[in-house]
Order: sequence, then structure tokens, then C-alpha cells
Amino acid sequence: MKILVLIGNVPDTTTKIKFNADKTAFDASGVQWIINPWDELALTRAVELKEAHADKIESIVVANVGRAETEATLRKALAVGADEAIRIDADAKDAWYVASQLAKVAAGFDLILAGIEASDYNGSAVGGMLAEMLDMKSVSAVSGIELADGALKISREIDGGSQTLSMQTPLLAVVQKGIAKEPRIPAMRGIMMARKKPLNVVAAADAEEHTAFVGFELPAPKAACKMIAEDQAGELINLLHNEAKVL
Amino acid sequence: MSVLVYTENWDGKFKKVSFELASYAVALAESMQLPVAALSLGSVEASELEKLGAYGISKIYTDTNEGFNSLDNQAIAKAVSAAAVKAGATVVILAHNNLGKAVAPRLAVRLKAGLAAGVQGLPVTTSPFVVKKLVFTGKAFGHVSINSTVKVLTLAPNSFGLVEKATAASIETFDAGLVSADFATTIESTNKVTGKILLQDAEIVVSGGRGLKSGENWGQLEELAALLGAGTACSRPVSDEGWRPHGEHVGQTGKIIAPNLYFALGISGAIQHLGGVSSSKVIVAVNKDPEAPIFEAADYGIVGDVFKVLPQFIEAVKTIKSA
Repeated sequence: MKILVLIGNVPDTTTKIKFNADKTAFDASGVQWIINPWDELALTRAVELKEAHADKIESIVVANVGRAETEATLRKALAVGADEAIRIDADAKDAWYVASQLAKVAAGFDLILAGIEASDYNGSAVGGMLAEMLDMKSVSAVSGIELADGALKISREIDGGSQTLSMQTPLLAVVQKGIAKEPRIPAMRGIMMARKKPLNVVAAADAEEHTAFVGFELPAPKAACKMIAEDQAGELINLLHNEAKVL
Repeated sequence: MSVLVYTENWDGKFKKVSFELASYAVALAESMQLPVAALSLGSVEASELEKLGAYGISKIYTDTNEGFNSLDNQAIAKAVSAAAVKAGATVVILAHNNLGKAVAPRLAVRLKAGLAAGVQGLPVTTSPFVVKKLVFTGKAFGHVSINSTVKVLTLAPNSFGLVEKATAASIETFDAGLVSADFATTIESTNKVTGKILLQDAEIVVSGGRGLKSGENWGQLEELAALLGAGTACSRPVSDEGWRPHGEHVGQTGKIIAPNLYFALGISGAIQHLGGVSSSKVIVAVNKDPEAPIFEAADYGIVGDVFKVLPQFIEAVKTIKSA
């Protein structure tokens, strides 16, 4: 079995978000970049599966769409345990464009893992779009993957509960929290080995894009918090009822 | 040209979010001077379908194939796509929930449509078609222009609300043309959450953090939630410790919610947590640490012990409810 994990390069989750002067683009100055948190969990699960089933899983490949500066993120993915990385040399425009690029390198994989969204533009789209472009079955909101005899045992969250599924490969799983307990931190040995692993750069294909961000705004600053004494806590409920009128 | 809305059901009953989607679709269609239709997939009886009329839906397509109960993403995308083609839809609306998020991107590819996910409210402008959505996991808003002829939107739950508008709905049987081979999702077991308010649907959410000290201490929090008809949630360390299920985690990597009222009890309010809840209309914070960042995001706060505050909250709510 060959596994492909899609990797997004996103600002560190503690980044203070700021935009350029006319508020049309994210200001990336001074930003630390990381593997998109959901993709990092997906990769962690792929590595766990390979460790548990060395006889069944041949390789884990990671792929992203980005320029040369995103290679540090791919090297980290290699250090976590991927065997090979592919960087498609293009700016990650909209989800359609990114999925179209990934579709060119996604042939021949039995299992493709995608994070449920990226922590920058929260598009929730690339995984599902790629599955449709490849005419591949997909399962979303996946919080568990196990290898069973000739099938994949998948846990997914549904609106109002959870389900266990039996799915055949090839499959694209859009994963969320729970898929791995915690993201794996690369060990020194992994970091050393990652330097020698292949990182292939592929030219971008022509592809359409259908959406574009035309502006951004930061939330309006909040008014000061109204403080109530600990022994007057019931008064807070009265304020919610009479003043805020939300009870 | 028309607006199509995919209204989801669960066991034959429409989900609450479906009525919000219907309200939204009707308002959007009105602003663009287009007709609007709803699509229902799976076995839903006519008496249930007609409920959409209360929110202004005049036309309902229904395909009662039971295969849709498998929630097979590809099959549902095919069916919504077929209905969109039949209705001549130029805007297709789904919920930004687990199913909507799974189906919308597949649908967008089938319709050669641009997708905006997690849209908040009506478009900023309809020509060009620009919608507002949260970006950077709740830390900012982005305005997205969809430039394709057909547009697919997923609406953030609770961002529009219910708008009643009594209308007589005509129901048309629709065959999306799916066969059993299309439904290749095999369900082995389903664990249904019963008797609880779904977190995404909840107008009030009571959430606990590390300040509650152990999973065994959730009794009073749940009592307050039950009194308020509220959903329960938690911060990341709580679900990581296994005190509460992952499905309750709100914040970065968990769920993003926007209830009318959010109680953060014993939650310090790390930036990752705030991103997931900052769109709540009113935030109440209770924390021992006066310097906790949650107080910067909160509207009402108490510096103090959660276990001393909760019983007072419960008593006060009981008093209001009995008044």
C-alpha cells in the first residue's frame, strides 16, 4: 500500500494576524511557518500505520503546492517519517488550483490523507475536490483509520454522532482531530535522515482558479469585560437575562 | 438561473440547520431576483418536506433512495449536482457541517464551480459575487470573490438564523439516477448522540477547561447546560486528557462555533481557543487568574473558583426560569 499525505504550509498557530496597508493580502513578514495542524495529525497517523504494518505499507509520500520557501515544511514532514516529498512549484492559489496540481501527482496511491481544513484560509475543500477529480471514494471528518483484512476500518464523525465504516481502497480520507493523539515531533535521527530523503520538485500544470480573496478585516475590538464578584455570581446571570438579553 | 439549497435530514426529520439554510436561500434568491428550490435526499415524508414552506421554500425536489442514508460523499455530490443541473441552479447552498463540508468540494468540481466554505450571512455584493467568511481560524474575516458561473456555498451554522415566511411548497419527485453501486460506504455501526443538543446547533454553549481539574467534575456544568438547553464543549487539554470526547473540543483543530452565548469555565483562553469561539455574540468567563486572556475576549467575567460560581449560576437560572 502506498500512502499520500497532503501537506499545507501555514503560519504558526500563535501568529498575530496582520494584513497589508490596503487589507488585500496577509502580511507574512516575520511569520514562522508550520505544517497545517490537521495535515500534521494525518502524517502522524500514516507513520504510525507504517510502523505497525511494515509488511503492508510500502511508502509514505508527502506533497504540497508551494514555492521553494515551503521546503522547510516538507523537510519537517520527512523528518516525522515520510519517505519522499513532492513540491509542486507554484503559488497555492485557490482550492481548485491546488487540487488540480495535486491531481497530477496523486495517481497510484491506495490511500490519500488530507486535513479537514487549513488553519490559514479554512477552505475545507482541497481533499474533497481532489477525490472528485480522481473519481475516488472519500470519507470526511475521519477520526480513526485502522487496517483490517483487505479493507480500511474508518471512524468518522457525523452530525449527531459517529460511525464505524468498512471502506475499500483506493480511498481519500479527510481527517480531523482524533486521527492521532498528538502530532509527532521529529527526533534528531529523523532530522538527519530527512536531509537524504528525496524531495522532488515538479513544474506546475495549467489549471483554473475560481475564487480569490479581495479583502480582509480584523474583528472589531471588544468593549471591556464587565466584572462581577465571585460571591455575586447570580447577578451575572441576571445581566445576561436583563441587559444582554441572551437568556 | 436559480438558487438550490440542499436540506439535510436525519432519520427522516430535517435538521435544524436545514431550516436556517432554507431561510438563507430564500433571502439570497430574493436579493438576486431568482427562483429558489430545495433538495431533499433520503426517505422524508411529505408532511416533513412541507415544513420547508414555513421558511419560504416554494419548490422541493425529493429523491427518496434509501442509499443516501449511507452518507456516501460521492453519491450525494452526484445527486446534488444532478438536481442543480435540472433546476438550472447558479448558486448551490449547503451547511458548513460534517456532511456539507464533505459534499461541497466534490459538488463544486462536478459543477465547475468556485466554492466558498463557512460563509457568514448574505453576500457583501452579488455582482461581483463576494461573500464574507472567517479566516485564520477565527482570527480575521476574509472577503472571497467567486468568479465562476455556478457558485457553491457552505453556510456557517447560526450565522443567519431562522426567518419564517409561510409559503405553499410544491413537491416534485426527482430521480438522481443513482444505483446501489454508487453507495460504496459500508456502515458497520452508528453511535448516535441522543438527548443532547448538537454543539453546532446550540444557541448556548457551556464549555469547561482545565480549571475543572478532572473529568469527574463535569456534573454541575452539565446541570447548568441542561437547565439552559445548551450544548457542552471543552478546551483542547480537556479532550487531550480524555476527560471529554474529541467532538466537544472547540478552538483551533477542534470546532469553530458561534452561539449567542458562550460560557468559558476554567478556560484560560489561549489564542487557539479564542479563534474557535470569538464569533459568539456574548462570552462569559470564569477563571481564577485575573490575567487570563479569556477576559480580553469576554463580555462578562468573574475572577474566582468555578466550583463556587457554578452553584450560584444554577440557582439564578432556576429563579429566572420559574419567574
